[in-house]
Amino acid sequence: MTNFSPKSWDQASKPHLFCPGCGHAIALKQLGYAIDELGIQKETALGIDIGCSLLAWNFFDVNTVQTHHGRTTPVMVGYKMAQPEKIVLAYMGDGGGYAIGLQSLIHAAFRNNPITVVLINNENYAMTGGQMSPTTETGIKTTTSPLGKDIKFGPGFKGPELLKNIASPKAFIARASVSNPIQLKDFLAKAIKNQSENSSFSFVEVLSICPTNWKTDVKQSFDKLKEMEKYYPLGEL
Amino acid sequence: MPKQFITGNEAAVLGAIDAGAEVMFGYPITPATEILQGWITKVELHSANAEENKKLQYLQTEDEIAAGFGVLGAVLGGNKAFTASAGPGHILLQDSLAMAENLRLPFVGIMMQRGGPSTGTVNFSQQEVNLAAFGGNGDGLRVVYSASSVAEMYGLTIEAFNTAWEYRFPTIVLGDGYLAKTRKTVELEKPKKNISSYPILEEKNRVIHLRNCYSNEEALGKILKKNINDWKKSAPQIIKSESYLADDAEILILAHGLVAAAAKEAIDKLRQEKIKIGLFRPITINPIDNAGLKKAALNANKIYIIESSLNQFSRIIKYELAGLENNFIEISKPAEGFTPEEIMKAIK
Repeated sequence: MTNFSPKSWDQASKPHLFCPGCGHAIALKQLGYAIDELGIQKETALGIDIGCSLLAWNFFDVNTVQTHHGRTTPVMVGYKMAQPEKIVLAYMGDGGGYAIGLQSLIHAAFRNNPITVVLINNENYAMTGGQMSPTTETGIKTTTSPLGKDIKFGPGFKGPELLKNIASPKAFIARASVSNPIQLKDFLAKAIKNQSENSSFSFVEVLSICPTNWKTDVKQSFDKLKEMEKYYPLGEL
Repeated sequence: MPKQFITGNEAAVLGAIDAGAEVMFGYPITPATEILQGWITKVELHSANAEENKKLQYLQTEDEIAAGFGVLGAVLGGNKAFTASAGPGHILLQDSLAMAENLRLPFVGIMMQRGGPSTGTVNFSQQEVNLAAFGGNGDGLRVVYSASSVAEMYGLTIEAFNTAWEYRFPTIVLGDGYLAKTRKTVELEKPKKNISSYPILEEKNRVIHLRNCYSNEEALGKILKKNINDWKKSAPQIIKSESYLADDAEILILAHGLVAAAAKEAIDKLRQEKIKIGLFRPITINPIDNAGLKKAALNANKIYIIESSLNQFSRIIKYELAGLENNFIEISKPAEGFTPEEIMKAIK
């Protein structure tokens, strides 16, 4: 069999449970390649948040714990304190990281806790049926913004830019997109290395597609992603 | 150990250290703040010169949510970790406590009860019994100790760590603001042996996937059934109670924590007046010493249930002693303490 999947994936959990076309799978594939390349599978501990993210609770052949509401951040901060030699990853969505769990994310960045947070931004609460999230851009229709997101609920939330303001200069902060897997993998690898080599906080936001809740086909999904990339610029901050 | 003049909060810190605790996560809140302060002081002032304290760590978190989940992360990594809080902080800790219940993680929390609801008072209450025992969105598979003295704050803190790591249930020690701040002379005894901790998110030759969420009823039901079974099997080893002059008592007082300490003083005085009165004090409120409780209750023809909350404790008792309700007299003073004299007056 030709190996099209990362070695660090747990094949027993495949095919995965994400919706057809979901961007999570692209992000998790690049995360897997980054883990493979760095040869850190055995020393990695992965924290998985609630929402669609939780479907990755057994995605990797890596010790994994699943929690909810952005608490993945403090769980992995605590884990890292007990196991400082481990590579500690926290994987979450934009609701968990930027709404209900933002306080912990900000303070982990502020304290420069040596963990790597990967946050999937698909501009909605997807598992619960496509509600408006902090990252939903103005005018976008969701199940809780049926007329389009009103500016009174805020514009699209720029997480990496926010964290950059309060994080240590040693922190690695970047935004990638599933439209550019090579850059995505590069950022993930850099973020992990910043943890192991500089003992510092790192954060990668990944712009992603949600065809199910966006009600878009392949082309429309990637067209919309291109629009997102205009508002949410890719790159290291 | 030599005699020491310490507060309940200081006793809790000493207990955590002698239990082998390695890391504390916490957020300041009256009346539990000195536990966080005391732990950090120990770590910072002693780590440089005391070999045994070298590994100790702490994190003053952004809130109690992070404190609780930080504890869980450290526990997953194999550390004996704990937090301490009260009132509104205890509410926020329910999130992590529920996860500990689901994943059977040995969470240890020391809760110094303050008056509620909400911000309430910073002083005293016994209103966090429901929260400690049944606060999460689960079935209350948590061990809850209620301390009655400064010395017991030390002993029960040690026992909480050992129970948590031996039986893998979240474990709470309930104290209160008076106990937290009262300074008493105590002679503490170090534990002979503690249960060791070990990494939970790690096994030899096997990758661990721990989830907190299930996609169907049966899958979760199976886990819960196992947990409930373990709980029932462990309960006889976990339960702890004190019977004070209860054997020949015609009048029985049921109380826990500091109220039980006041009841004891009242009993001593009433006994001098030849009144046959005694006390049964559950030290574990959850699970409860059902056999000891029944034995004490069946001898008595009047049972006073006295507590500083509106029937939180007596609701537990009534479930355990169903059929004896006719003998019950419930005295509730939510968020207010009892003096021995008050108890004597109520009984006479």
